[in-house]
Formats: sequence, C-alpha cells, structure tokens
Amino acid sequence: MTNRIRVLAAATFAIIGVGATATIAQDLPAPVQARQGQFQIMALNVGILGGMARGNAEYDATAAQTAADNLVAISMLDQSFHWPEGTDNMALDGTRALPAIWENLPDVVEKWGAFGAAAEGLAAVAGTGLEPMQAALGPLGATCGSCHDAYRAPQ
Amino acid sequence: MRRLIVIALVLGLATLAAGLIATRPSFVHGTELAGLTGDAGAGEAVFWAAGCASCHAAEGATDAARLVLAGGQRFASDFGTFVAPNISTDPVHGIGDWTLAQFVTALQNGISPEGRHYYPAFPYTAYRLAERQDLADLWAFWQTLPASDTPSLPHEVGFPFSIRRAVGAWNLLNLSDEFVVAGDLTEQQARGRYLSEALAHCAECHTPRDALGGLDRSAWMTGAPNPSGSGTIPALTPDRLRWSEADIAAYLNDGFTPDFDSAGGHMVSVIRNMAMLPEADRLAIAAYLKALPSDE
Repeated sequence: MTNRIRVLAAATFAIIGVGATATIAQDLPAPVQARQGQFQIMALNVGILGGMARGNAEYDATAAQTAADNLVAISMLDQSFHWPEGTDNMALDGTRALPAIWENLPDVVEKWGAFGAAAEGLAAVAGTGLEPMQAALGPLGATCGSCHDAYRAPQ
Repeated sequence: MRRLIVIALVLGLATLAAGLIATRPSFVHGTELAGLTGDAGAGEAVFWAAGCASCHAAEGATDAARLVLAGGQRFASDFGTFVAPNISTDPVHGIGDWTLAQFVTALQNGISPEGRHYYPAFPYTAYRLAERQDLADLWAFWQTLPASDTPSLPHEVGFPFSIRRAVGAWNLLNLSDEFVVAGDLTEQQARGRYLSEALAHCAECHTPRDALGGLDRSAWMTGAPNPSGSGTIPALTPDRLRWSEADIAAYLNDGFTPDFDSAGGHMVSVIRNMAMLPEADRLAIAAYLKALPSDE
C-alpha cells in the first residue's frame, strides 16, 4: 500500500470513526451518561488538587478544601441507578465498564467505599497545607487505580 | 521414481535436522557470568522497571503483596490462555533453587533449566536486551523476596501451539539483539529506550502483532488491540500521544492523565511499578517516547 493510499484510508476511517462516536455518545443510555458525567466531575475536582500537587498551580487552601469536599459529596451519591445490567463494554460501544463489575458487585461496592474513605481523609487536611494535601491525594489516586485495574478496559 | 522418493526423504530429513538444530534450546553458562556480583539494592530498581510483579503477583495485589510472586494470573490470547507461574523463591514450587546462569537463560533466551521453551507471553524477547549486570543485581534482590508454596498451574494452550519446540522457530523470526529505535539519541533518551525496550517491555501491549503473534517492529508503539481482554491499547508515538514530557512522567507516577482521568486495566499495575522508580527514569521514558518515529 502506498503512503498516499494509506493516508486516504486512514482519513476515511477517521471520518467514519468520528461520525460513529458522535452517534454512539448520543445513543448511550441515560444511566451511562450519568455515571460518565459523575466521573468527569470527579476528574475536574481531582484536577484542581492534582494541579497543585504536581506544582502546575499554586496551592490555594480554599480551592483545595472545596475540591476535596466535592469529592466527599460525590462519594456519598448512591450508585444504584448508574449501573443497570447490560451497560458493560460488551453490550455497548462508548463505555469502558467491564462485565466483571456485575460479576463482582460486592467487591465493586467495597472499592467505591474505599474511595469515599480516602476522600474524607483528603478533606480532613486539604485546606491545611500543600504537603498534607499531597500526602492524602496519593491514597485517593490509589483507590481510582484499584477499581480501574479490575473493572475498566484500557481504552 | 524410487530415486526421487529417496531424494525427497533425504531432503526432508535434512530439513528436519536443520530445523531441530536451529530451534534447539541455547543456554547461558556460568562461566559467562563469572565476573558479575549482584547488588540487591540496585536490583530492586530493576525489579520494578522490569514489571515482574505485574504478571507474577496475585491479581490486583498492592504494596507488600506485590513481592509475593506466586503466579496464577491468567492471560487470554489468540493462542490460548497463559497462566503466570510461581517464580517466588520457593525451591519446589518457585525458582528458589536456580542458579544465576539458569535465571539469565530464562530471561534472555526464553529457556527453562530443563531446556523447554517458554511461551513468549513471558517477555524474554525484551529482557534479551538487558545488561547482565542488571540481571545479576535483580537475582540478588530476588533472594530477599518471600517464598510461596502455591503450585504453578498449566497453561491452557491447544494444538498446535502446545508444541513447545515451535517456539524455537518463532524465536528465529522474533528474537533480536538490536533496539528498535536507532539513530543518535541523547543520554536521557537512551536511558529511556533501555527502560522501555529492554526492561518495562511497553511494546508487548502498545505495538501491534503479526499473524504469528510477533511484534510488528515497523509499527512500534502505534497502539494495538488489547492482547488479553477487551478494549484497545493506545499509541505512544508523539503524533498520537500529545502530552508533554512532564505530563507523561507525572502520569507514570500518580496514574492521572493531564485532564485527571485515571489509568485503566493492566496499566494501573504498570504505574504501580513506575512509581517506584526515580523521577529521572520516568522523565527518561517520556523523552524516549518523544523520540519514537511517528505513526503514518
């Protein structure tokens, strides 16, 4: 295959791909959209803290406390309606949720609880200084990883 | 006619003999390693960089449990399901009674002490490029690890892939003593190349494979279907992974993307390893990724 044909083919796939993704995002069931929105709010707030922890933004005690409090609030949202059966990545395009979630629900619930505990630990110190906040952010990140390790597809 | 049959038979036998010779197991001998003294402290960094725990510790293990290399994780593939063996220091169920030469033979030639070919789910194809001093250090660190008496489970691999000798032929096609990324590299990029290509074996997931399961070295790190499970593994070439070097190094440490999404799948475990390395090594990997040829 010449390079030109390869580029053309790639461009064609890219266009089809973008079209398909747009359709899929629109068609995702409301609970999937809701949980993805939940994790986006989570990422936004982790990002406030992570930016400070990485030294990309100056430490701001009020903002750090607010972000940590938001994470606690998210952890308290009851998850019953976000995860109906049949919304895994085998059933739907546009989600990375693995079927294993529904095969191991008690473990998933325990891991969600661990996120809540880490968020509370973070909220207890986030406003008191950069170093304590950094120290408490690590364990919170570990709770993201421990769930995603088992229950989220790579991409 | 009879003469033709004889010639065909002779040729066939010669080919078979040549094949058996070409695919025979090759051992590293103790004399080749006589000058090496392992340093366990230095070996710990090699252990994390080489990612041993990601496959050989129990599924989802964290902290001290990652040092218990009892095996048991399952890796589905097109060729069957591979089950990570016990490589702890237990002399019966693990590899506690091995010599350094047997350890290096396993890591760099893919050959067991009994002369069996390992399946290339075990990345000896990458470790082949490792410095032997690093492997001696790693073996010294190994001696500090706990023993587990969990028996290894057999791989679930059907015919014809169950013929181990065929791996010898596969090795003829896929074992290389050269790094993939060539040309002038800075010292930092070269360190990153060593970490990525020889130890961390990033390409095992991030590079597509050919029909026989060999890495497509012409499409290095351009992303691939997940070799073991669903989803795809993203490309790392600079045209596709547009994060800054600082962002890449930070991700390898705390697991957060630049927009603070977090890693999924096996990469979570990889980051647990990478977080144990010095910051300079994470930055070196980032510098190497920026030196990759783009995906066209």
